[in-house]
Amino acid sequence: MNINLTLIGQLLSFAVFVWFTMKYVWTPIMGALETRKKEIADGLAAAERGQHEQELAKERAKDVLHEAKAQAAEIVAQAQKRGAEIVDESKGTARTEGERILSAAQAEIEQEANRAREQLREKIGQLAVAGAEKILRKEIGANAHQDIVSALAKEI
Amino acid sequence: MSGETLTSGEYIKHHLTNLTFGKHADGGWGMAHSAAEAKEMGFWAIHVDTMFWSLLLGVLFLYFFSKSAKAATSSVPGGLQNFVEWIVEFIDTSVRGSFSARNALVAPLALTIFVWIFLQNLMDLVPVDAIPLISGLLGIHFMKVVPSTDPNATFGMAIGVFLLVLFYSIKIKGVGGFVGELTLQPFSSKNPVVNLLFIPINFILEFVSLAAKPISLALRLFGNMYAGEMIFILIAIMYNAGLVLGLFGGVLQLGWAIFHILIITLQAFIFMTLTIVYLDMAHHEH
Repeated sequence: MNINLTLIGQLLSFAVFVWFTMKYVWTPIMGALETRKKEIADGLAAAERGQHEQELAKERAKDVLHEAKAQAAEIVAQAQKRGAEIVDESKGTARTEGERILSAAQAEIEQEANRAREQLREKIGQLAVAGAEKILRKEIGANAHQDIVSALAKEI
Repeated sequence: MSGETLTSGEYIKHHLTNLTFGKHADGGWGMAHSAAEAKEMGFWAIHVDTMFWSLLLGVLFLYFFSKSAKAATSSVPGGLQNFVEWIVEFIDTSVRGSFSARNALVAPLALTIFVWIFLQNLMDLVPVDAIPLISGLLGIHFMKVVPSTDPNATFGMAIGVFLLVLFYSIKIKGVGGFVGELTLQPFSSKNPVVNLLFIPINFILEFVSLAAKPISLALRLFGNMYAGEMIFILIAIMYNAGLVLGLFGGVLQLGWAIFHILIITLQAFIFMTLTIVYLDMAHHEH
């Protein structure tokens, strides 16, 4: 427990240690801490910015979705309307076509009936003449009454 | 190791003697072979053990801290860097809390004081006989391993701090301001003659409080560590007093060592904090 030269030795080594700490320990470590602090702050700011942007994008996406839905609804409505129109149109054409076909068929039927009636009339005329001929052959010659028979046939 | 040849008194005395290198009474230089011989060497002698252990611990501290400082990156820190940063930030917070002026020296100074004193104190937890036993086998008969139980070490640091306090007091306040601080307060008067009479009284008061700073700083640390070491030595004596007392001593040593962890940290912290406070006072005019 003597005070001696050790005191000076300790004082000097203390001074050297402090100098060394200041130069090679404190400054670089504080520098690194400072840089990290800044990096973290930057990172947090970037994260916040990203979050904000994400929110904006979400909002925008919502708008777009809304618009798309509205458009889709409009398109569907239009398509339905158009479909109804097309059905109506084809109903109309089908009806007229049907009517046309029906009337054509009726006309043809009438024509056929007329023709048949004509043929029938002719046949009846011939039958009547043949009948009359048979009757008249006994009484008169065919030649004498030819003009009467043809006049009759014409009248039928 | 007190046993066969040493009495308890001799054992304690042996443990409290530094390995001293100096000039013998007959004129030759060499190691002192007894406490009395060491005392006779006077001022021009050096405690080899104190110097060796404190320098070893200081170099160890600087090696690890500068290694991690060199590798310090701003990205994710590794194990050692994490630990070093934790201590550095703790010191930085302490300095910011108690030191209001701007001085780049104070924080590194505080870090050096805290870690160096802590490591010196930590040697106290090494069993008192372990290192002296090894050094005894190597032929070195005195070995005090706790540098902070040597008043030379604590006064060395305290005087270093005191010189900084004086330096910054004069640098910030000027010689006149510093002398004025020592002589013109706490008593002052508007009457110049009365003021003149107050000067010696003020000087005595202020000088005592100024001188008390390094002395209290050094003696507080020295006293605490010396007392702690003494208790470890006394507990170690119990090992030679039979099985029961020896076991009791073992329990005591464990308890005291655990309690001592608190003391060594606290003493390092107190030394550091008071240094910061003294330097803060040196930077401020009253």
